[in-house]
Amino acid sequence: MTEETALQRVKFYQTGTHTVGNRLIDKGARSVQSSMDRSNAITSGHRACQGCGEALGARYALDAAMRAAEGQLVAVNATGCLEVFTTPYPETSWQIPWLHSLFGNAPAVATGVAAAMRRKGRSEVKVVAQGGDGGTTDIGFGCLSGMFERNDDVLYLCYDNEGYMNTGVQRSSATPPTARTATTPALGDAPGNVFGTGKNLPLIAMAHNIPYVATASVAYLHDLEDKVTKAMHIPGARYIHIMVPCPLGWGTASDATIHIARMAVESGLFPLFEAEHGEVTRSNKIRRRVPVKDYLAPQRRFAHLFKKGQEDTTRIARLQRMADANIERFNLLGERESP
Amino acid sequence: MRKQLPFAITLDPGTSLANQTGSWRTERPLYVDRLPPCNNACPAGENIQKWLYHAEEGDYERAWQVLMEDNPLPGVMGRVCYHPCETECNRAKMDETVGIHAIERFLGRQAWEQKWKVIFDAEPSGNRVLVIGAGPSGLSAAYHLTRLGHAVTIREAGPAAGGMMRFGIPKYRLPRDVLDYEIQRILDMGVELELNVKVGDIEGAFEKEGFDAVFVAVGAHLAKRIDIPAHAAGKILDAVSVLRGMEAGGEPPQLGRRVIIYGGGNTAMDVARTAKRLGADESMIVYRRSRTEMPAHDFEATEAEEEGVIIHWLRTIKQIDETMVTVEKMEIDADGRPQPTGEFETIEADTLILALGQDVDTAFLERVPGVDIAKDGVVQVDTRMMTGRTGLFAGGDMVLAERTVTVAVGHGKKAARNIDAWLRGESFENPEKHELAGFDDLNTWYYDDAPQTVQSALDIVRRQTGFEEVLKGLTEDNALYEARRCLSCGNCFECDNCYGICPDNAVIKLGPGDRFRFNYDYCKGCGMCAAECPCGAIKMVAENL
Amino acid sequence: MLKQIEGSIAVAEAIALCRPEVVCAYPITPQTHIVEGVGALVKSGALENCEFINVESEFAALSVAIGASAAGARTYTATASQGILFMAEAVYNAAGLGLPIVMTIGNRAIGAPINIWNDHTDAMSVKDAGWIQLFAETNQEAVDLHIQAFRLAEELSSPVMVCMDGFILTHAYERIDVPTQEEIDAFLPPYDPVQVLDPVEPYSIGAMVGPEAFTEVRYLAHEKQLQALRLIPEIGAVFKDVFDRESGGLIHPYRTEGAETIAVALGSVNGTIKEVVDAMRDEGAAVGSISICSFRPFPLDELEATLAGAKHVVVIEKSLAPGLGGILASNVRMALREMAVPVYTVIAGLGGRPITMASLRGILEAAAKGRLPDVQFLDLDHGAVEREILRARGIRRSGPTAENILKSLGAAAVAGDE
Repeated sequence: MTEETALQRVKFYQTGTHTVGNRLIDKGARSVQSSMDRSNAITSGHRACQGCGEALGARYALDAAMRAAEGQLVAVNATGCLEVFTTPYPETSWQIPWLHSLFGNAPAVATGVAAAMRRKGRSEVKVVAQGGDGGTTDIGFGCLSGMFERNDDVLYLCYDNEGYMNTGVQRSSATPPTARTATTPALGDAPGNVFGTGKNLPLIAMAHNIPYVATASVAYLHDLEDKVTKAMHIPGARYIHIMVPCPLGWGTASDATIHIARMAVESGLFPLFEAEHGEVTRSNKIRRRVPVKDYLAPQRRFAHLFKKGQEDTTRIARLQRMADANIERFNLLGERESP
Repeated sequence: MRKQLPFAITLDPGTSLANQTGSWRTERPLYVDRLPPCNNACPAGENIQKWLYHAEEGDYERAWQVLMEDNPLPGVMGRVCYHPCETECNRAKMDETVGIHAIERFLGRQAWEQKWKVIFDAEPSGNRVLVIGAGPSGLSAAYHLTRLGHAVTIREAGPAAGGMMRFGIPKYRLPRDVLDYEIQRILDMGVELELNVKVGDIEGAFEKEGFDAVFVAVGAHLAKRIDIPAHAAGKILDAVSVLRGMEAGGEPPQLGRRVIIYGGGNTAMDVARTAKRLGADESMIVYRRSRTEMPAHDFEATEAEEEGVIIHWLRTIKQIDETMVTVEKMEIDADGRPQPTGEFETIEADTLILALGQDVDTAFLERVPGVDIAKDGVVQVDTRMMTGRTGLFAGGDMVLAERTVTVAVGHGKKAARNIDAWLRGESFENPEKHELAGFDDLNTWYYDDAPQTVQSALDIVRRQTGFEEVLKGLTEDNALYEARRCLSCGNCFECDNCYGICPDNAVIKLGPGDRFRFNYDYCKGCGMCAAECPCGAIKMVAENL
Repeated sequence: MLKQIEGSIAVAEAIALCRPEVVCAYPITPQTHIVEGVGALVKSGALENCEFINVESEFAALSVAIGASAAGARTYTATASQGILFMAEAVYNAAGLGLPIVMTIGNRAIGAPINIWNDHTDAMSVKDAGWIQLFAETNQEAVDLHIQAFRLAEELSSPVMVCMDGFILTHAYERIDVPTQEEIDAFLPPYDPVQVLDPVEPYSIGAMVGPEAFTEVRYLAHEKQLQALRLIPEIGAVFKDVFDRESGGLIHPYRTEGAETIAVALGSVNGTIKEVVDAMRDEGAAVGSISICSFRPFPLDELEATLAGAKHVVVIEKSLAPGLGGILASNVRMALREMAVPVYTVIAGLGGRPITMASLRGILEAAAKGRLPDVQFLDLDHGAVEREILRARGIRRSGPTAENILKSLGAAAVAGDE
């Protein structure tokens, strides 16, 4: 046995896996995105807004899926921003086989593709379906639940920007309480979206007992890639719910997308975890905890909570309690033993 | 054969490349290099960040070579430098400063163990340069001049090279084998050293001996004295003499059981700690101001106190009567100055050592035409470090500057580069400094949490009884870890964030060592690359629309 | 091979012989027996290499079919009635994407009121979705049309809907010649798609098309239907060569030579119509009929040519365009736009109402005498509807505000008087 060198012994790498790449860590531990030969499933020239979280999240996820599938990948897309900004005739940004059918049927279409591949003797070709939160939690929910329930061999990626952004920022069942949208205006006694509504799709997915469910965020690339890679190697129905901030819909600066996504996680409002067969198996620990205010205040959709001199402390506190509840439920501070 | 695809609804892959979204841009990102605060603060002008970069990869030799481009004494420097780099280090605002000095010392050690040689390839210039004084400044000048191809002779009045490094800094801070090794390495490059030669005739060096340029760096060795009323004179020594006496090779100075050191500078601390090691039961410092105002570094006072040195703050010595030293209590006024209170105390002491600073012995320069000596006794030099006498340069403690080994080494380098330029009939221009990389330019989220490595220290009994080095060096593991704590402020370290984070794939990765390029055909100017660059190496500038 | 068999089961067996690779099933009466039949063949192993997928809705059924077809699989599903409305968005989508899915419609009425019995409202609701719509007159033709449908769909890259009347055909036990595997294999080559999702050629299917090209895309959809007008008879001819019987084609004229009154209809009612025609011809009446097999594309030229000598055209249809009248009749009028021939609309058989020979005969006789109204509801209970119209008129509330207010005041005044 050769003696271990300091380079092997020292496990501290300046930026660790927080940055996209790191020349100091093992090649095998480097992200797909840091690679010069990543597939760029979505290439340049697409028409997403400046700083679009979804364009980024989709490329992150699909490039990782491409690597895991060794290039044998087909993507199905629900109607929505991602579909519209990537494929306006006569140009497409996709460099992988891609199919768009309707707003609400991406999971079912993917089921069909997977079935065909199996029957065609092409089972090495893996299928991902993707949609925004509207296409996933609302209009596509029936098909998604069906795909889950049948345990079809599809990885479903939900890019959650908490509203119908493509149609002009309307409320979806993923819109958080108090958020202003075009259909939950910042008017009246309780401006913005109301408390006590909405659905938590990762938990609903878990209730289907499918083999793999995870949440991920564009601000945590390595974690996102790890989850996609893991999911790609599990047969059956898999679901990854990725938070992708929308500068336009959230009212944030175009350069703040990653920062805001990070604040969502670090505040506890968007817990990162994974679950197998209905049970949470791991949660990502909060690294530098922040109050929900740090997440909310930079977003114009929450501006009514932070009016000068009349901050809505009651509802901010209620949002803080939601974050605290997540922290407790998913053990985000790591105070309990991991499950 | 390729089939005819359905019109419009089916599209060929990647065709959006025809849509150049760069036209949306109102701001464009630019890659910049900013000046890291460590580099900016280094009196020796080291490119600290660059040598840390190589050390991070475990390429210690390359790191050392980069370091050696600016400073020939890493082993010394890693021990005695007061590391202003660390004071300015942005990491200190995150957790703790990067232990630059300890890594430098580690590299010095590696170079010794591996017998690394400096790589330089200058052609011999045919010029001869005389360096007067073999202290840090003179050695540094000689080293750099040699690297630049000039033939150098050093003349040193004392019995050994090293100057204050040898005769001012105690062994427990700088073991002499380290010093000897690093001096010898300079001599091995071809520098001629003449010891016990006091140069009195500068003009003769030019005119008779034919030196093309002279660099004078004789230091400041004359101890400052004050008058203290003495009924019966006790034993009064000066700090410089005591420390020099430690190096004479014979018996160490006899200081008695109780010693008072008068002064609050680093030299006072050195002498107090030396006294303790020489067996004094009571080694006491008397200083007229408080800890906040003392010129010594806080860690020196702390280490002295750890070793049992007692510091009497806010006291001035008023009178000595054999072993009875009368001190007056002081208090700090609103302007931060000590004012007498009229309250007195007495302290018993066998010896009083004055550590009140040193002056330059400029006598031999006063005869040189053109040389201007200021009222406070320092030699005047211009921005090139040249005195009023053409071809005569000066540096180190004898010119107006902070008197530290590192400043002296920096002077040596600066003088050497100017001498070289002057010899070639040119003027040396420092490359334009980049904008400083401030803490606010960084995105500190990306750096892993990592407290500074603590250098282990000798146990206290051995510190109180001998001259063994107090601070231990880092192991390779520690040094590698510590180097990786560097934030690379202001300069790309190829973390790939811009490349990965761009939603428009508008960053082109050029490969290891070659950094990145923006593809302005597609960059929409969202600014995410700049916001998420950990080290502030991207800035957004307005497009001219 | 001749079998005494339920229509649905015969179709299921024929589908299975066409070697579909993906079949999606969601139950709705009256098509249920077909997918159940296919499912049983898959489960028993009789139909190999086929994914039989039980989905959660008709919307999902056609969506799964879309994915499977786009990935190059021969794909089949079936639905009816409400089901076709629930999948309507996907119906358009499958056509727009040019996917050769074959779907059976077990024709049934659409509610409300909910009604499980036969008419053609379901097929008519998606007549302009871009699918080819073939109507089977008999269960034998239903079997044959499905076989032809796959070939037609795959040659043309277009989805094909085979319509067979609910219960009347789907649940009828008849003697049916179910072909052999060899015959079908001789007729139907393996599916070789024009475009397919494949990492080897990763193109994007389903782009967003704006005003700059949308008209052209729609024109091409129309043009594809015009191609089908040519292709349907060709395939019918090939079918005849292989199977030695007439099936499919655009229209089936029956005793139209010299006919002055010609009935036109879709689907199984043509059987009854033919019997009436025979009876009236026996009595010397110049009547004939046309069974339209291909409703989409609509065979304008063939109808014009066949109806050229007619004096009265009676369209008997199992659907209604409320506020207009006949759907099929409107289409037939388009075929006869150059001719001054009256085209009567007879709405018949809605929601499973029997269409009797006596009623049909009455209609044709009246038509021959020029005594039919433009739109006639066959066997309508006039008393019932008139009573309801009267009753509803009395309680009507919406309408001009002033009138309603006066009505309310009147009602209140009456109440107050009491």
